[in-house]
Amino acid sequence: MRKLLEKLDRVDRRVIYVLMALSVFVPLVFRLDFPIPVGGGPSRDLFEYVDSLPPGSTVLISYDYDPSTMPELQPMAVALTQHLFTNGHRIIATALWPQGASLSQEVLSSVGDSLGRTQYSDWVNLGYTVGAGVSVLRMGSSMQAVYPQDRDGVPYDSIPMLRRVTVIRDLDMIVCLSAGDPGIHAWVMMAGDRYGVPVGGGCTAVSAPEFYPYLGTGQMIGLLGGLKGAADYETLVREGAVGCPPGTATPGMAAQSIAHLVIMGFIVLGNITYLSVGKGRKGASR
Amino acid sequence: MNWDLVGIWLGAVLTLMLYSFLYRDNPFYKFAEHLFVGMSAGYWLIYTIFNVLIPNFWNELTGAGDGTPDLLMVIPGIFGLFMLARLVPKIAGLSRLALSMIVGTGAGLGLISTLQTNCLSQVEGTIVPLSGVGTAGFLNNLILVAGVVCGLVYFFFSKAHKGAVGAAANIGITVLMIAFGASFGYTVMARISLLIGQAQFLIFDWLPTFSIIFGAGG
Repeated sequence: MRKLLEKLDRVDRRVIYVLMALSVFVPLVFRLDFPIPVGGGPSRDLFEYVDSLPPGSTVLISYDYDPSTMPELQPMAVALTQHLFTNGHRIIATALWPQGASLSQEVLSSVGDSLGRTQYSDWVNLGYTVGAGVSVLRMGSSMQAVYPQDRDGVPYDSIPMLRRVTVIRDLDMIVCLSAGDPGIHAWVMMAGDRYGVPVGGGCTAVSAPEFYPYLGTGQMIGLLGGLKGAADYETLVREGAVGCPPGTATPGMAAQSIAHLVIMGFIVLGNITYLSVGKGRKGASR
Repeated sequence: MNWDLVGIWLGAVLTLMLYSFLYRDNPFYKFAEHLFVGMSAGYWLIYTIFNVLIPNFWNELTGAGDGTPDLLMVIPGIFGLFMLARLVPKIAGLSRLALSMIVGTGAGLGLISTLQTNCLSQVEGTIVPLSGVGTAGFLNNLILVAGVVCGLVYFFFSKAHKGAVGAAANIGITVLMIAFGASFGYTVMARISLLIGQAQFLIFDWLPTFSIIFGAGG
């Protein structure tokens, strides 16, 4: 037993990498499907708030991320867009991150086309703006001042669905999909606390813990944290809609769960070998 | 030429080159790393010029957008040039003028909002009732209040952490450790999610291209 523990203590880190890779690739290749129970929590809160909006509401989604965090945030964007369009809402897309503007175009055009929603009537992409929180603050006095034209150069005042949206208070809800700063902090601080617009969010798992205090105080109405949050939302959207195409977050959860089990196994094993072999080594050196 | 196919293959080959570092450092990894750094620098330079400088500065200054030149844009233009003065040691001090304006504006705009959002609202959030909320609510609120108070006691260094203060500080550090554990768990999830994203790309986007390329003639 002791020899086995000593071997484990000296295990090549590449063995761990191979096992981690297998724990991710095998469930994906064999398309393992794990159930994703969605309890009462920030994911459901966001879903239910969107569900409670009256048809024809205008929701701003800010795409504050870039391709490096697409695996976590893009599935949220797709599921949220499907939900909003299915419920008959209009979407205004903005971005505080430069590449967010292209990512939003990809989501809105593909989901919009599949559900028969048209640009400028049901959705518009205003693109990227500099200034982060300062720009959000300025939207409080004039949306057009921040976005004189949309991403394709069409003037703000000639876009039909924007005629009733002159300031940020005219929005029914804001959802920020954020990979860092600028992102949720700016929207909660300026749009939520200052102008009273309900703010929801989705973020990478790394940054999720820092936004939980906003949920406790009611400064945010809901939060999707990482791939699990995205899978929760996909599950909730698919529950309520027939024939809704599956997203990419839900199939990834089986790989995620197995990878977590492998990591937990290594943590337990590492502690056991450390306590037995490591202690013996310490005693021998005395 | 199918450019989508080229893009998928470039992405896949570069992904494999970067992951090869897990075996050991090698020239393929180095090539992919340097390519990424160089491409990023070039991409951001061009992106900033065309998406920030031209629409927000040049078009406003020359009136290219609405036909009305805004000569006041000369002022931020000069401040922008001051930032570049850091490259010339003799006039590097000019950059401080630009920096002071950025810091001053940021502090002025953000001070009240930050205080309201991240301090006062959070304090308000910890003032919760302990009665009339049921057993679960009572326990939840008690943990919240005790955790916050004990966590703050841990960072109170003007009194030795002994006796009751020491006990509260110990509870505080335990609460902090639980928070760090939750944060670590989320970090692990995030990193695995990125690996899953790349794995999905390799399996569902890249592997099917083999049949397109090699199966076409068969």
